[in-house]
Amino acid sequence: MKSASVMSGPILEVRNFHKQFPGVKALDGVQLHVERGEVHALLGENGAGKSTLLKILSGAQAADQGEAFLDGCSLDPADTPLARQRLGLVTIYQEFNLLPFMSVAENLYLGREPTRRGLIDWKRMRAQARAVLSDLGLEVDPDREVRWLSLAQQQMVEIARAMTQSAKLIIMDEPTAALSSREVEVLHGVIRNLKERGVSLVYVTHRLQEVKQICDSFTVLRDGRFVTRGAVSDAEVGDLVRLMVGRDVEFVRRSRDTPAGGTVLSVKGICTDRDPGGRHVTALHDVSLDVRAGEVLGFAGLVGAGRTELARILFGADRCERGVCYLNGRELSPLGSPADAIEAGFALVPEDRKQQGCFLEQSVCRNLTLPSLRRIAFWRVFVNERRENELVEHYVQALGIKMAGPQVNIGTLSGGNQQKVLLARCMALNPTVMIVDEPTRGIDVGAKAEVHQLLCEMAARGVAVIVISSELPEVMALSDRIAVFREGRVNGVVPARDTSESALMDLMAVGRPAMPQPAPAA
Amino acid sequence: MKSFDAIAWLRKFGTTLFLALLMVFFACQNERFISLRNLTNILTEGSIYGIIAVGMTFVIMTAGVDLSVGSLLAFAGMAGALVAGLIGVDVPFSWIAAVTTAVFAGAAAGYLQGRAVTLLGIPPFIVTLGGMTIWRGATLILHDGAPISGFDRGFRWWGTGTIAHVPVPVALFALVAATGYIVQRYTRYGRHIYAVGGNPEAARLNGLNVSGVLTSVYVIVGVLSGLAGFLQSARLGAAEATAGTGYELRVIASVVIGGASLSGGRGGIGGTIVGALLIGVLTNGLVIMHVSSYWQQVVIGLIIVAAVAFDTFAKSRR
Repeated sequence: MKSASVMSGPILEVRNFHKQFPGVKALDGVQLHVERGEVHALLGENGAGKSTLLKILSGAQAADQGEAFLDGCSLDPADTPLARQRLGLVTIYQEFNLLPFMSVAENLYLGREPTRRGLIDWKRMRAQARAVLSDLGLEVDPDREVRWLSLAQQQMVEIARAMTQSAKLIIMDEPTAALSSREVEVLHGVIRNLKERGVSLVYVTHRLQEVKQICDSFTVLRDGRFVTRGAVSDAEVGDLVRLMVGRDVEFVRRSRDTPAGGTVLSVKGICTDRDPGGRHVTALHDVSLDVRAGEVLGFAGLVGAGRTELARILFGADRCERGVCYLNGRELSPLGSPADAIEAGFALVPEDRKQQGCFLEQSVCRNLTLPSLRRIAFWRVFVNERRENELVEHYVQALGIKMAGPQVNIGTLSGGNQQKVLLARCMALNPTVMIVDEPTRGIDVGAKAEVHQLLCEMAARGVAVIVISSELPEVMALSDRIAVFREGRVNGVVPARDTSESALMDLMAVGRPAMPQPAPAA
Repeated sequence: MKSFDAIAWLRKFGTTLFLALLMVFFACQNERFISLRNLTNILTEGSIYGIIAVGMTFVIMTAGVDLSVGSLLAFAGMAGALVAGLIGVDVPFSWIAAVTTAVFAGAAAGYLQGRAVTLLGIPPFIVTLGGMTIWRGATLILHDGAPISGFDRGFRWWGTGTIAHVPVPVALFALVAATGYIVQRYTRYGRHIYAVGGNPEAARLNGLNVSGVLTSVYVIVGVLSGLAGFLQSARLGAAEATAGTGYELRVIASVVIGGASLSGGRGGIGGTIVGALLIGVLTNGLVIMHVSSYWQQVVIGLIIVAAVAFDTFAKSRR
């Protein structure tokens, strides 16, 4: 390797990458060109080859063919991820590589702890950590254990760690997928800060608005092939979608001619206490709602407003202190467990597909049929594999799930197809009330439209569908009525037809201090 | 598009292939190994811990482990012999009291351990590590550390008799293994075990009774340990306080060599049976080759590590 870096030319140049997996050509002649000091968006549907490209660049996998240059120097395909980091190419994945029981400072300097006479120099480590964090404008205590930090703060620690490794190029894989809009603002601020210091970024995201806000140029991949590269200023969001999908896709506002039926689910006075140790920390205050058969009720609100909390209580997954709910006039509460809820006619597609939804090491078939097995078992004990296969076959066709076969692990499917399997799992239960939490998070544009279509079809068949989404256009396109949550209360229920994005925003944010916020406190 | 993937094939059938090679090797070294009498011996010996290994497969598939099975075997065997002794160990059909007591003692101990895991949230490793010394101590207390012997022929038949030339313990092992296989492969409960082991949170959200499933696998392994304890006393003609010492390692090794993952969600009865046979053949073959028992332990340990190392290697190579 040359020691002095070439000060002109691109920071990263990828030429003609090919990568073959058994049965799939993941990359087929991909190129990528990132200029010094720019934020470059890497766009494509799920399965377009972004993840494979990232893995090859980070050193986790090797390309079958093709070459890459970082800062003018050829990258050795045999490099390990550690070697790539030493060269200044740092990748930040969606799942962070932090040690939860160690402090921020220890995480920042893991494996590179400053030493004094062979022992760790704690004083210097803390001081350096504090300096790096404040340079990035972050108010995080370096002595705090990482497990106490919010997701957004953990991400900042990852970025700070990249800085301590004097990164030249940081690759970020969907950094905002799990962040609230306020946290996204903070992240964007940090990215601008990085740019000013000459760090280049490759930014993978499904949120195209974000590309317009933060990125300078973009590369689009489709089906493992390079489609185009361009400047963000010359492209509209619609253009990007067209390039990614190869066709026009937008949120189709569904027709309103199917009248909703009578009230199916009635929720009255749900209250919970704040549970500081738990995962869902927002307390609900006297939440009441009605849901009608055949309608889509949207739950809008900021992250932490209580949408998911209510869904989990309805489904019996969390406890509530007070309140009742009636399903078809029958009092249900308190629902003791998800098993009771499923029995009563509820189905839930949970918020976190990988952690709460999928059995990643098990087959599509097993994932799809698990809760339905009782219906297709002899004497409720022995699984009738013939009927099971018919069930799977039916839903794979009806939903257009793309995969090598029902016996492959669900973990090998793209996010969109995984989500379809989870939807099929719920549909197979013939629920009365179907709750879907962030149904299109992290899935590509084409699959989004298909998921929307499915949810509308469910409603058209008389199912009461509750959709929780952080994307307002999605809630507005899907819902008949929208319940707006704010700080554990329902701030209003409005007909989707008569509302606007700004009206919803007002309902979501009334009573909140005006933006911008300072860096999030712990 | 389907080409032959040697490593995938080896991952699936490698243990069986290794078992076959090992048998050929021992047979070439000493023809006594391949005698019917010796093979029967291997099977009978292997059946005792093989029966427990079937239950252990379920436990390990839920990402748990049970270290107490060896002590539980002794405890249940001793409790059974003690109750049989109240009737009179030489009384015909005293074995009915013995086997009932042993199985119930195993079930009760398994239930307690399962509840400690699910209700108190103590890791299975710790619960059953405690159980391992608790049940061993309880065995010593039961009969002051002395063995109980002098069983009648009906009792001994369970350990030494044959059904159509098949030793009774082997027949029982076959029965238990076949039942285990059917449960794992064809029942909802089997699916539930995989689901709970693969992702407990997702399992709960799919309406599964996660703590029920978890408790049940410890009860199952307890029942099977109890049965094995009864068979062991019938085979040896005595219930001893030191019975089953070190069995937990053989049992866990059988399951792991059979391809189960200690992090749950993966494994199967078929693999476990091969694993149990492999350990039986290896122990016996090494004895016949006059390898010292010190070295036997080293070899078995190496093979456990090698089996898991190969599996990890094959997995990473995707």
